[in-house]
Amino acid sequence: MTSSQHASYVRTEMLPESPPPLTESGIVKWVKENLFSGWINSLLTVVSLYVIYVCLSHIIPWVFQSVWNAGSLTECREIAQEAYGHTHGACWAVIKERWHQLLFGFYPQDLYWRPILAFLLMFVALAPILFDRVPRKLLFFTAIYPFLMIWLCWGGSIWGPVCAALGFVIGYFTLITLEKVAGSLIAIIGMFVVPVMWWLYLSGPVSEMLTSTLPIGLQAVGSKDIGGFMLSFIIGLSGIALSFPIGLLLALGRQSNLFIVKSICVGFIEFIRGVPLITLLFVASLLLGYFLPKEVTFDLIVRVIILVTLFAAAYMAEVIRGGLAALPRGQYEAADALGLDYWKSMRLIILPQALKISIPGIVSTFIGLFKDTVLVVFVGLQDPIGFSNLIRAATEWNGIYWELFVFIGACFFVCCFSMSRYSMYLERKLQTDHR
Amino acid sequence: MKKSVFFGTLAAAGLAAGFAAAGTLDDVKANGTLKCGVTTGLVGFAAPDASGKWEGFDVSVCRAVAAAVLGDGEKVEFVPTTGQTRFTALASGEIDMLARNTTWTFSRDVDLKFTFVGVNYYDGQGFMVRKDLGVSSATELDGATVCIQTGTTTELNLADYFKANNMSYEPVPIETNAEAQQQYLAGACDVYTTDASGLAATRATFEDADAHMVLPEIISKEPLGPLVRHGDDQWGDIVRWTLNALIAAEELGVTSANLEEMAKGTNNPEINRLLGTEGDLGGMLGLGATWAKDAISVGGNYGEVFAANIGEGTPIALARGLNAQWTQGGLIYSPPFR
Amino acid sequence: MSTTYDASEPSFRLSMLIYDTRYRSLTIQVVAFILFMSGIAWLISNAYFNLQDLGKDFDFGFLGSRAGYDISPRLIEYSNDSTHFRATLIGLLNTLLVAFLGCILATIVGVIAGVLRLSNNWITARLMTIYVEAFRNIPVLLWILLFFAFFTESLPHPRTFKGEDPESTLFLGSIAFTRQDAWIPAPIMGTGSNIILIIFALSLFAIWFFGRWAKRRQEATGDILPTFWIKLAIFVLPTLAMYLVLGRPITLEYPEISRFSFDGGIRVKNAMLALWLALSLYTGAFIAEAVRAGILAVSSGQTEASFALGLRPNRTMSLVILPQALRVIIPPLISQYLNLTKNSSLAIAVGYMDLRATLGGITLNQTGRELECMLLMMLIYLIVSLIISGAMNVYNSSVKLKER
Repeated sequence: MTSSQHASYVRTEMLPESPPPLTESGIVKWVKENLFSGWINSLLTVVSLYVIYVCLSHIIPWVFQSVWNAGSLTECREIAQEAYGHTHGACWAVIKERWHQLLFGFYPQDLYWRPILAFLLMFVALAPILFDRVPRKLLFFTAIYPFLMIWLCWGGSIWGPVCAALGFVIGYFTLITLEKVAGSLIAIIGMFVVPVMWWLYLSGPVSEMLTSTLPIGLQAVGSKDIGGFMLSFIIGLSGIALSFPIGLLLALGRQSNLFIVKSICVGFIEFIRGVPLITLLFVASLLLGYFLPKEVTFDLIVRVIILVTLFAAAYMAEVIRGGLAALPRGQYEAADALGLDYWKSMRLIILPQALKISIPGIVSTFIGLFKDTVLVVFVGLQDPIGFSNLIRAATEWNGIYWELFVFIGACFFVCCFSMSRYSMYLERKLQTDHR
Repeated sequence: MKKSVFFGTLAAAGLAAGFAAAGTLDDVKANGTLKCGVTTGLVGFAAPDASGKWEGFDVSVCRAVAAAVLGDGEKVEFVPTTGQTRFTALASGEIDMLARNTTWTFSRDVDLKFTFVGVNYYDGQGFMVRKDLGVSSATELDGATVCIQTGTTTELNLADYFKANNMSYEPVPIETNAEAQQQYLAGACDVYTTDASGLAATRATFEDADAHMVLPEIISKEPLGPLVRHGDDQWGDIVRWTLNALIAAEELGVTSANLEEMAKGTNNPEINRLLGTEGDLGGMLGLGATWAKDAISVGGNYGEVFAANIGEGTPIALARGLNAQWTQGGLIYSPPFR
Repeated sequence: MSTTYDASEPSFRLSMLIYDTRYRSLTIQVVAFILFMSGIAWLISNAYFNLQDLGKDFDFGFLGSRAGYDISPRLIEYSNDSTHFRATLIGLLNTLLVAFLGCILATIVGVIAGVLRLSNNWITARLMTIYVEAFRNIPVLLWILLFFAFFTESLPHPRTFKGEDPESTLFLGSIAFTRQDAWIPAPIMGTGSNIILIIFALSLFAIWFFGRWAKRRQEATGDILPTFWIKLAIFVLPTLAMYLVLGRPITLEYPEISRFSFDGGIRVKNAMLALWLALSLYTGAFIAEAVRAGILAVSSGQTEASFALGLRPNRTMSLVILPQALRVIIPPLISQYLNLTKNSSLAIAVGYMDLRATLGGITLNQTGRELECMLLMMLIYLIVSLIISGAMNVYNSSVKLKER
């Protein structure tokens, strides 16, 4: 190498680095590579730009040449006529006046802190499930959250939810004590029977007694006052939460090699997945009364939640089944080799892994269910779309249309989009194979 | 006899109502609220305002019944029902009465087993068109596109009418009034057909109400009234006579303005019987003596309720027409309080 | 039961039903079966007593009585004198029609959007992302309503087609898109048109046979024929030739402006178009995600390998990537088709008379037989769903990796 330094044809000093040609750098290069790399690509770019232009040129004037302060649609139109010379703009005044109904229904305005608190606490309750860096102790809060939510939303005496929750505690202790005394089978039967007895016969009087001695409670709010997005959330959340245990059992049943159990589970799942949700909602509103004893009637909201739970359970079962199927065969065999019985191997080996990989699927099931809650408008419940009908039936807002639907759509988008992003993040995190 | 099944968790949360009892009246009294089925929103007849308070013509009937039974017109739980769910809701006991501009027909009364307690609005199906369509009679509608509100008797009447007149049409069935109105205004259909009161109410809110007209033909009889379940005659009587009390009050000149004064006693024995200063009509119904007075005090007599919600002073501007008192040439007529 | 076992078995004790694994599964199943059947029996007996209390019966006889209402569109003959059964059938056909068309369009939209999302054109890829996210995250019911409102507010009114110098004209001179409905030309079958239809059907067969023959030839000799152009020629030429030879027997009837709207042609309901588009775009967004995931699931080594073999990019796509991606795409595609079919039950929101609007809507309302109507409706939807998933599963197993 040294000899070359003396050779005259070898350059001894480097030229300064010149910048790349204009077409190969910066924005020009980017545009050339990403937008106009070939004639198909150029065509796509032009078409896309045109589509964007058409959409924005219609939407932007409508959104911004709008009226925010008016008491009625007529007033809105007058103001718009004065300000812009036309009435094509949006009348956001309706949102300003009625947003609280779209979000909370008829819920008393001074009590809005309760559903909001319940909503915020939901994240605390979900945190230990969704993020693994959160301390496990919070799972205790997750367990009591459903009762807390019911109490916060509906109000009333605190002892009702407490006594309801006690049923589960009683069930757990029955299981533990009976298992020692009388064997596991009787313990399992007792685990179901004793709490049911408690709920049917004892919890009512006990909670009444506690209420009269220690009246801690919130102002009660009836189901009829619950509507709007709050209703969507309540139906969606309770649907998912309640359907989880059922879905889990159905998934295990479908995987099991007991023929009759398997057929019942498959039959149930395929039936629910084969009919539209709206027919199930009609079952809730029209038919459920036929299939229950005459003395038992539920609120429409409860009936809808029951049917939505069954609906979600079938989808949940399929998601969990996917999780179970995704586990390597070796995990099952290893559990068997350790001599664990079926329930122990499920509880200790299979389910913790299977459920973890099912979480993204469960989140998407929830997104689907949450979106589907708008169908309850067809059975007369007042979800956001139901409220849009009610608002349009009021004399002052009769004739308004796009503003309400745009608002509702935007709210749904924000909720569902953030959930789907979370689920994607989770999927990436769980993806352990490297490609 | 009252048998209750307690669902601890749910009832405590205020979710479940698990009681079946012999009498609706007992139920209503025990609950402290009247559960009244209304529409999911129809201008002038039932709609909630910004604070969630329900208002309208049908709503007033509910409030009057609640006042008669419970002494307070606010003690009503309004249950919005769709055309599809209303009858089941009533039959299953989810609501105590239905005041949802429901047409009294033979099959609903007999086959579906409901008791129509009276008529609070005599209606008929009509047509609304744009004036520039150049149509002056419904017989000129051959080939038109017609928006219909489904779940009602409307679609049957319409089919019958066009068939009888040898005309064809293109039906566009729509679920709610708000949606149908939207379609009609946008021009998706040439004609909007529903009850004439609904047409007037809808037209009243148009930006250019003068560009639209209601055609003169009324193609059906639509007596709208509150209804209750078959088999509970006491409850049926209460709703029936509450409605009659409102009607009789107008006939007898009892208004919300002079109610207190009249309730002290007048020289008209029928007013005295109505307002409970003479006889014991309330006791016969199983209610307090001032039941009718309470009912009238909520929104006034029938005429006042009409005027406040759908009358000529409101944007809806319905004339009394058939719904005037029989003494004024209308059909509104209450049997005597005796 | 215990006595029938031979002597080598230990004698049977009752507790073995629980503790012996050989019998335990049987015990559990019998218990489960008894519980299940008694649950069903409980429901049925409740329904029986409740019906008795209400004075109702369980009877499908109403299906034979006069319906009394009109339905549009109708694919088969129907008038308001027809029976409720016929009305149900009309509704079912309308459901199937929109579901069928929806599945086709959703697949096209989904594949295009899914591929474009992976395109290296920055702006198109972003636009498709916006499309997919917007449709996936907003309820389909809202989309249906918004599309319908868009149709009725932005398209011209039929009256604007009137007059000497109309504001609006027929699209391509033959299709009227109006805010009431759309009218497309209707074919008029003259004499000899049957021959053309037969020729057309035969050319479809010919295309299929040619495709098989060309494939076998390619496998045997390695020659590649320009199959697409030859197939197109078989598709068009014979039918066109016969059409001209027979003197153009099939003519089109164009929509003509009439008093209220249009006469002639075929009326396509805007409700159907809106429902069709909304369902297709909604489902298309999900299919796009499945397609994208499917393509991404094929490891890049496959592309590199096929390039190394000298395959051109489009052949790489059609011969290497797509067949493998298809295996990943098909299962979610099945469930999306099912979802689309089930979501078509939201037709009532825009007044399209599907099964839910006829049997589950007006018929239910007019007869007051909610139990019968609802059970029948669920049964029909269930059967339709099972048929779709059955057919798609057969297809799925045909493209599945055959493992030996």
